[in-house]
Amino acid sequence: MEEILKINNLSKKFNDIVVLDNLSLSVKKGEVVVIVGPSGCGKSTFLRCINGLEDIDEGEVLLDGEKVSRNKKNLSKTRERIGMVFQSYDLFPHKNILQNITLAPIKVKKRKKADAEEEALKLLDRVGLLSKKDSYPRQLSGGQKQRVAIIRALIMHPEVLLLDEITAALDPEMVREVLDVVLSLAKEGRTMLIVTHEMAFARAVADRLIFLEGGKIVEEGSPAEFFDNPKTERLKSFLQTFSYE
Amino acid sequence: MNFEIIKEYMPLYIKAFMLTIRIGWMGIALSFVIGVISAFIMHFKIPIASKAVKVYIEIFRNTPLLVQLFFVYFGLPKIGIRISAEACGVIGLGLLGGSYMAESIRSGLGAVKVSQTEGALALGMTKGQLFRSVILPQAFTLSVPAVIANVIFLLKETSVFSAISLMDLMFTAKDLIGLYYNTTECLFMLVFFYIIMLLPVSVIGSIIEKKTGFKMFGE
Ligand SMILES: Nc1ncnc2c1ncn2[C@@H]1O[C@H](COP(=O)(O)OP(=O)(O)OP(=O)(O)O)[C@@H](O)[C@H]1O
Ligand SMILES: [Mg+2]
Repeated sequence: MEEILKINNLSKKFNDIVVLDNLSLSVKKGEVVVIVGPSGCGKSTFLRCINGLEDIDEGEVLLDGEKVSRNKKNLSKTRERIGMVFQSYDLFPHKNILQNITLAPIKVKKRKKADAEEEALKLLDRVGLLSKKDSYPRQLSGGQKQRVAIIRALIMHPEVLLLDEITAALDPEMVREVLDVVLSLAKEGRTMLIVTHEMAFARAVADRLIFLEGGKIVEEGSPAEFFDNPKTERLKSFLQTFSYE
Repeated sequence: MNFEIIKEYMPLYIKAFMLTIRIGWMGIALSFVIGVISAFIMHFKIPIASKAVKVYIEIFRNTPLLVQLFFVYFGLPKIGIRISAEACGVIGLGLLGGSYMAESIRSGLGAVKVSQTEGALALGMTKGQLFRSVILPQAFTLSVPAVIANVIFLLKETSVFSAISLMDLMFTAKDLIGLYYNTTECLFMLVFFYIIMLLPVSVIGSIIEKKTGFKMFGE
């Protein structure tokens, strides 16, 4: 399969503290890569560097073979192609759900309003939120907001989707409804880079897992290798913190 | 209380009321323009200009309107600029109000969450699209209560206009009391007209706050 996203020797410091240390990663089209690791190991920073929300100190990010330029004009073009959903449901509070979803396609992609709305309604229907189209974000539960945030990214037709702990702020009973949406996206062959602490979900959704610690990739493997047969002591002890045996 | 006197003074008070309202609202409009421009300069951290705006705000927030009016009224003619007392009132109120409005609008802009900016940028919006479609509407809502408080404050501040011999409500009341000693009627009418001027602003203000605030909060 062809490669869609390539990260070469990426390094990032915050005030002289190395957060990402010479990271390289290649993601194929349709592949789902899950990144796990202890808190503060640089997972969010890694995703944010990929879509240019953080500047990188060294290395490069290639999207479909093209180097992602850091100049402002190209950056917004790149971000159209790389969708991202965050932990905090950052829906626009002053717009209703339909407007939240159609704002970017209308403003950024210059699509016709009717056309964008038609697609938005289809997507809302798909995640079971059609009846909420006229509601405002504050009237939705966390899980519903997060599903809307996913659609809002999807309607831009991104080539890669970055998900940063999108269920971390949710009540446990709402986690499932959001992860189900992500699972269905994986099934239809979307390319995704996912950061999560939900290990059962990680195992179900991932084609490949990456264990990040100290800004480096410590171990990498298929779900079976990764969970059933971890090679490094550090991954073993990390995985142990998730089991209660 | 003598209603004959009230009837007799009524035309004078109405005239003063109209003048107060006219200068008050023109000054407030000016203060809003100054406030918006100053707030944008500070928000975008435009070099030099934002320093200048900060100095302006500090000076005008920390001196009484009366002193500012004296500067405009007596100072401008000294450097060869002649303007009417009314224009002085508008400029004085506009400059004082501008410093308050600037702070209120800037803090509204600053209060929009960073996650809103990042969410919008991640969708491929440019800085301009982000500002117009995401930051500005939310900042507007967040600034409304403070801006309305400023409007009420500025309308009350008009009472010092009498010091530069503008025939506003305060001037009229003082003048009439000085001439005829009908203190009770004069003061009653003074209070009455200030309430007529301010009450609608308070009422309409809280309606606007409810309407605009409704969609924003409770997250
Ligand atoms: N803007 C910033 N300025 C300074 N340090 C930062 C900044 N953002 C992140 N860091 C630091 O960089 C390190 C990596 O942070 P990051 O948010 O990427 O971790 P993470 O793996 O996503 O953690 P978590 O699982 O808690 O979300 C942390 O030590 C953090 O304190
Ligand atoms: Mg994180």
